[in-house]
Amino acid sequence: MTALASPPRSPDPSEAAEHAGIRRLLRPLVGLVVPVSAVIAALAVGAIMLLALGANPLSGYKALFVGGFGSWDNLADTAIKAMPLMLVGVGISIAFRTGVINIGGEGQIIAGAILSTVVAIGLPDVPRPVLVPLVLLAGAVGGGIWGAIPGALKAYAGVNEILSTIMMNIVAAQFLSFLLQDLLIEEGAIRIQQTERLSENADLPLLPGGTRLHLGFLIAILVAVLGYFLLFRSSLGVRLRAVGHNPDASRYAGMAVKKSIVQALAFSGACAGVAGAILVFGSESHRLIGEGGAAGFTQNAGFNGIVTALFGGLHPLATVPASFLFGGLLTGGIELQRELQVPAALIVALNGVVVVFVVASFRLRGRLQSWVDAGRGGGA
Amino acid sequence: MSEFFTVSVLVATLAGGIRLATPFLLAALGETLGQRSGVLNLGVEGVMLIGAFAAYYTALETGSTVAGIAVAIGIGAVMGLIYAFLTVVMHAEQGISGIGIFLFGLGFTDLLFQKQVGTPLPIPGVGKAPIPILSDIPHLGEIFFDHNPLVYLAFLLVPIMWFVVNKTTFGLNVRAIGQTPEAADTLGVSVNLTRTFTIVIANCFAGLAGAALALEVGIFQQNLTAGQGFIAIALVYFGAWRMPWVMSGALLFGVVSSTVLQWKTLGIVSGPSSSLLAMAPAILTILVLVLVSRRVSAPAALTRPFDRAG
Amino acid sequence: MRKQSRTFTLLLALLAAFALLAAACGSDGGDDGAASDDGDGTSATEPAGDDGDDGGGGDALRIAVVAPSASNDLAFTQSMVDAVNAIGETRDIQFDVTDGTFVVEDAAAALRGYAEDGFDLVVAHGSQYGGPLQEIAPDFPDVSFAWGTAADTFGLPNVYAYTVRADEGGFVMGTIAAQLSESGVIGVVGPVEVGDAKLYVDGFAAGATNQDPAVTVNVNYIESFSDVALAAEAATAHVGNGADVLTGSAQMVVGATGVATESGVAWFGTQANQTALGPDVVVASQVYHWEVVLADIIAGIDSGTLGGEVFIATLANGGLVIEYNDGFGLDDAVRTAADATAAGIADGSISTGIE
Repeated sequence: MTALASPPRSPDPSEAAEHAGIRRLLRPLVGLVVPVSAVIAALAVGAIMLLALGANPLSGYKALFVGGFGSWDNLADTAIKAMPLMLVGVGISIAFRTGVINIGGEGQIIAGAILSTVVAIGLPDVPRPVLVPLVLLAGAVGGGIWGAIPGALKAYAGVNEILSTIMMNIVAAQFLSFLLQDLLIEEGAIRIQQTERLSENADLPLLPGGTRLHLGFLIAILVAVLGYFLLFRSSLGVRLRAVGHNPDASRYAGMAVKKSIVQALAFSGACAGVAGAILVFGSESHRLIGEGGAAGFTQNAGFNGIVTALFGGLHPLATVPASFLFGGLLTGGIELQRELQVPAALIVALNGVVVVFVVASFRLRGRLQSWVDAGRGGGA
Repeated sequence: MSEFFTVSVLVATLAGGIRLATPFLLAALGETLGQRSGVLNLGVEGVMLIGAFAAYYTALETGSTVAGIAVAIGIGAVMGLIYAFLTVVMHAEQGISGIGIFLFGLGFTDLLFQKQVGTPLPIPGVGKAPIPILSDIPHLGEIFFDHNPLVYLAFLLVPIMWFVVNKTTFGLNVRAIGQTPEAADTLGVSVNLTRTFTIVIANCFAGLAGAALALEVGIFQQNLTAGQGFIAIALVYFGAWRMPWVMSGALLFGVVSSTVLQWKTLGIVSGPSSSLLAMAPAILTILVLVLVSRRVSAPAALTRPFDRAG
Repeated sequence: MRKQSRTFTLLLALLAAFALLAAACGSDGGDDGAASDDGDGTSATEPAGDDGDDGGGGDALRIAVVAPSASNDLAFTQSMVDAVNAIGETRDIQFDVTDGTFVVEDAAAALRGYAEDGFDLVVAHGSQYGGPLQEIAPDFPDVSFAWGTAADTFGLPNVYAYTVRADEGGFVMGTIAAQLSESGVIGVVGPVEVGDAKLYVDGFAAGATNQDPAVTVNVNYIESFSDVALAAEAATAHVGNGADVLTGSAQMVVGATGVATESGVAWFGTQANQTALGPDVVVASQVYHWEVVLADIIAGIDSGTLGGEVFIATLANGGLVIEYNDGFGLDDAVRTAADATAAGIADGSISTGIE
């Protein structure tokens, strides 16, 4: 797992000094070229899929880019799709760097959405400047708790977190379905799985500019910055990353490994929980909707956030542009469907291919860099 | 509640439990083999979807369910080779690349279904094949011996897989490379080749599991598996990497699901409560993991790629 | 650390490149006329007429439909797509569909997009789209929206609502079902106990017990409009409990029809003609002919009224039609009696007993 955060690297060779200059040039080049090639290779696979579907790949990708980034409105839509990816991605970065694999983004989003919805239903008359931060906080708490549970299970009972987070996803999805059929369902003739329209005081205000972009965008960026400071500019972050790098050494060094695991998953879940709150209060319908399944509500952000985090090199700030890229693919997918009648499901498949190629390229990058380091001599 | 405790309903529930258990039992058996060799495959769900679509589409086009099953297994093998390349050759992080495979399968099958099929036409299912004589036993016959052939196959594979893992040289190698690949390597076992082999078999099982699901339902739809692949992975942990226990877990899950469904059909539980009941298998899994995690240990080299030093 | 910051720079560079590319491609605004030059030769099944040609267009009525399932789902979505195409045979329309939007937020974006593009009529074909529609419609007072199945226009002057008396056809088919069943057990697979599904199921049950009080109708709402596998399981459970006639409503019933075909039990369809789902077992389908409702709505738009009314498709106004499957070989006497029942409901002499 640690291989992910820091790809294998051979010890710095101290040979031929004249090669140092070339190496200094080549090394970052390899670091750039390999992941970019991986993405290009993934896009090539996408092009083959488009071809197989009888669509021109060039016009396909053009529709994708225009749809995702072609106008201010499209950019705003992209930003809206990017928010949950960014937030989940920041959380994933924190967890993965602590050596904890969090597959539970879906459940944590739902938990955050549920708790924030309950707060909005319970306190509808609280003025907006108070209620909006309150529901976002409730989202963080909900997601945080949902993350802390598998964290504690891993730390104190040795339960594999991959399994427990997946199970927590199932529990959250069914619980959401229960609430929206029973306790939280909108009263009235149309008894579908949704709440009533939630308090207007909890609406995330639109940002100026005439687009649909709302406050959630700034919140997401703020969380990314906070995530950066947490991981790289705080003693807590140093401890988390040390645990992620080598738990045994950290334990011998007297660090609280168990506490770190719980904290990492709690923070990770809190980020996803904020995404859940934003998905509710920044939505067009301003309500929690479970119709179409839990994945319809989360829009798979719990999984796509992993893609985003990986692509951002598990760096909270890098998830910002990475989430724009994947958000753009998602909005562009709608344009792709309209223009070329290629179902937007292509984007989900493409995301999978990107993950696979990027993850697989880590070793190649490590190898090439060692090769460069070794003065283009011996291999790794 | 009383209407549930009639013989015919109980029989139907238990038979339903066995039927529902089949897809994730198949997938879990393959995953168990893979994990015993030290490879975690989180992509089961995606491969199951691909297998399900392949079986559905082949059966729809050719009218042959056998062809559908064969194609699903074949596609599973291809996915296995891809996954083996990723994890064995490229050393890609197993948890993450599995999620990549899952997303790919989820999107790709949805895409193909919308584009190539669209109208969800039903296909001929596999059909029941009651076992002569045995199926005539009152009640027990209906519960155990009146299923489609894939159900028998899945349960037949349990002792077979147990035998393969525990009583053959290949199984010995698998267990060795799952615990201490370095030691196995010194003894001349090809770690990466063996792992490639287990991965391919595991993915064939996942493809078959998808086919079993699609042919059972007689239809394909977006996200047909709805988390069954992830349940299969949970079952491996649930069963502590032992085939018979994995089967027990699969049966437990199947019977619980079948019971919830029967209660719903008979109106014993309302819709909302059935959602609460549907949480039961997941919570049960977590509880079991809490109890067993400290006592049984995973294959020591699970998720650890092998690279011969030097 | 160094590697991460490099990735970060790389991403920024990539993003900048995308932005440039996008600016170059999208300088002609965001409307859908952009890249239609090579958009043909893709899918013949999509009813999107002349895509992108929104330039002159004359006075073609521009209709957009946003629907939760596939356009060819042989159920809810297809009923509306077929209806708009039927309207297209009588007058000049430009028709665009966004289907498969089971994610409500995506549907909301599509509704807003069509309204911004200046469509004359935007149909939100799904009860679950009411929430976003209520927020979006006031932003576009010049666009007419239609929402169904629903009986509420939110008091908005530019929202029509449409629904069906699905109990009417259900009642007729229930009487047939009671005569076909030998076991006396009929199984129903419903989605959620609301709307046209509930009406249909209640009408069906009333028709069956009206015909033969000894018949048992087992109803199972699976709480989902989309879970085909669960619908199949529910149907299997019905068959296991002795049902020899099945029916069900909404787009997930394809799972149940598969079971009906497999087990050789009779099936009654609703929403669209479902004969193709089981050529041997489908007895009849109650088909929604929304064009009757759409014609009323379009007449309203032509006269300058953009909403505020609720329209209901019934057997009497032709918005509901019972279409038989000739391949099933239904007894003529049964069919004649059923036709008489349908006529009776249409002229008001027979009541389904549903409010």
